[in-house]
Amino acid sequence: MLTDAIKLKVDRRDGKLAMAHFYVAFIALAIGGLAGLLQVLVRSGKFELPAGIGYYQILTVHGVVLGLVLTTFFIMGFQISAVSKTSGTLTNRQRVTGWIGFWVMTLGTVIAAVMILLNEASVLYTFYAPLQAHALYYIGLTLVVVGSWIDGAVIIMKYVEWRKKNPGKQSPLLTFMALVNTFMWIVATIGVAATVLLQLLPWSLGLVETVNVGVSRTLFWYFGHPLVYFWLLPAYMAWYAIIPKIIGGKIFSDSLARLSFILFLLFSIPVGIHHQLLEPGIDPAWKFIQVILTFLVIIPSLMTAFSLFATFESFGRSKGAKGLFGWIKKLPWGDARFVVPFIGMLAFIPAGAGGIVNASHQMNQVVHNTIWVTGHFHLTVATAVVLTFFGVAYWLIPHLTGRVLTKKMNKLAIIQGITWTVGMTFMSSAMHAAGLLGAPRRSAFSEYGGAAQAAEWIPYQIAQAVGGSILFIGIILMLYIFINLAFFAPKGEQEFPVGEAANPAEKAPMVFENWKLWIGITVLLILFAYTVPFIDLIQNAPPGSKGFKLW
Amino acid sequence: MAKTELSNKTETKTEVEDSSSLKGTLTSVFLLGLFLVITWVGVYSLFLSRF
Amino acid sequence: MHMHKFEKIWLTFGVAMLLVFLTVIGVSAFYLGNQPPSCLATIDPEKVDTTAPFNEPGLKKVEGKDWDYELVFVASAFSYSPGAVEVPLGAKVKVIATTKDVIHGFEVAGTNINMMLEPGYISEHIATFDKEGEYLILCNEYCGVGHHMMTSKIEVVK
Repeated sequence: MLTDAIKLKVDRRDGKLAMAHFYVAFIALAIGGLAGLLQVLVRSGKFELPAGIGYYQILTVHGVVLGLVLTTFFIMGFQISAVSKTSGTLTNRQRVTGWIGFWVMTLGTVIAAVMILLNEASVLYTFYAPLQAHALYYIGLTLVVVGSWIDGAVIIMKYVEWRKKNPGKQSPLLTFMALVNTFMWIVATIGVAATVLLQLLPWSLGLVETVNVGVSRTLFWYFGHPLVYFWLLPAYMAWYAIIPKIIGGKIFSDSLARLSFILFLLFSIPVGIHHQLLEPGIDPAWKFIQVILTFLVIIPSLMTAFSLFATFESFGRSKGAKGLFGWIKKLPWGDARFVVPFIGMLAFIPAGAGGIVNASHQMNQVVHNTIWVTGHFHLTVATAVVLTFFGVAYWLIPHLTGRVLTKKMNKLAIIQGITWTVGMTFMSSAMHAAGLLGAPRRSAFSEYGGAAQAAEWIPYQIAQAVGGSILFIGIILMLYIFINLAFFAPKGEQEFPVGEAANPAEKAPMVFENWKLWIGITVLLILFAYTVPFIDLIQNAPPGSKGFKLW
Repeated sequence: MAKTELSNKTETKTEVEDSSSLKGTLTSVFLLGLFLVITWVGVYSLFLSRF
Repeated sequence: MHMHKFEKIWLTFGVAMLLVFLTVIGVSAFYLGNQPPSCLATIDPEKVDTTAPFNEPGLKKVEGKDWDYELVFVASAFSYSPGAVEVPLGAKVKVIATTKDVIHGFEVAGTNINMMLEPGYISEHIATFDKEGEYLILCNEYCGVGHHMMTSKIEVVK
């Protein structure tokens, strides 16, 4: 395709912008990973934190730094690179906007981090009003979100420019996908911005005395669930549009890939109440409506599973594979750019199965706030998503820095992927099992007054510590590889793989690019799912809550 | 375009070859589906067995 | 837009599977009454101790209701009141709980009794205690530095 041939490399200036994001992301990985290691060690009951450091402070670090900072910075860096590669080099204005976004996000991160380190904000990244953090913590996280909007504006500006230059043509797949994720992110973050700016900030500054807890939580989870899809969609970008090129195959279907992204835009947001299934103040009928909407967002993932298997099988058969599963042998098992994200894809199978359980209305009573949930999202975000991001980093970092992934680093990267798999198998399985027995999440080590039930959980907690320690070795390997690719790997040309459709003649319907339509439907679905619950929460509100600092 | 002819799907005439070429995919996704069902039924029975 | 025959088969299966799941939980919730705890009643969180039934936490026999007992819990950082309670085997109990300060969890480990306690709201769940034994109650929602020390217990006795 001609449009692909125009730009073989991401422009160096765009590369610098993306790399700035990646430096912050990998620093976050180091800090957050260390926090995670300390948590599993504390929970094994064999280790205590040195004086002055609280378990919940460490837990806040882990959640904020990995859940918000690592993910958001990596995603912005990746999406900007992908758009620059497929839709052309950024204009100066776009690039300056990107730098402003980067610095606003970084400033916000530093402010929030300082508040956490000063022990002024041990409220976890989910806020938990009426626990009240220092106002600067809320301001810091607001800046992270605002910065991500400015970064998102770069992607929208580039898309608009591309549209003007190419009237009537369908946009490049990676640009289209980055744009969908940006739109979803903007619509979703309105919820967290609303609770922070209208509720938590005035309350923590002392301008208002009380906060409506129910409304705050509902606004948070309006954002909290699409947040996980904001993490997932860039991984899907790599799975749909990049992995086929890495293995030497074709994208199974360009238009079905676009369709699944549109479905994610529509159904990722009006589902947040499935995080609040066991909460008072929300009518169970409305909970069930959002459960149904949550089940709809499973469908694009079912489509994705088919497309990926089909990509692999078609490639294998084109290489002469025979039998039912002969194609598996033809896949490039020595290439870390494929193997590591592939482990992520496999992890998404149990991750998705657990997710369906979590969202199943009253069945949530079995698992809610148990460590099963922690096991679940360590398969989704901390394996499926993160290993895909690592797999992307293996070629994208050297591509941007003008270096190459050497054979030695490739081998180390595969070892890293295997280390992660072993560590996560221990940790996540033990979390799932202990969770079904009732062990809670977000809790320091406790024998619960010598209760027999709590004693049963301890062996699982030791297994989690073993798994978590192995994962920490995986993190050290990844950081070593990152530093090598950023600063020391030999100079050269590392390919930015962009897949081509198996059937380029088959164009997706242009209605897919009708954003007024899709954003309009998104808004209607949100209004449908949330209007009545919010009216209930506001009209039947109990007296508000004063702030508490209980750490 | 010549490329379309190389593709092993689309036209209905090539239906037989079409079916055989993705049978591994169909088997794989159904194994996946089976896993989803087993997990869900497992936790649902736990829900039923508890008070 | 073309969709492969096998993908149609797979998606048909997938959607049918999701519909079956939804039907099972929907019938269980709306016809058998197994809804997740979703009480809509509110309370002034600063007057919990003087508001019935929370002025007298513990187990109380009731007459003329669909359940035999009411079990009232008050949560506050970092304890539950009562700290331990005995429930007769086979009793149908409405568990009623609220919090005096921040958000807490109320989980009876190894059972389906699991609900969020939020300031200003009352949470309720009805359960028939049909298995003997000692059940740990714990806070499963982060509430502060003593979160993991927050516990109580239910003993189901003959």
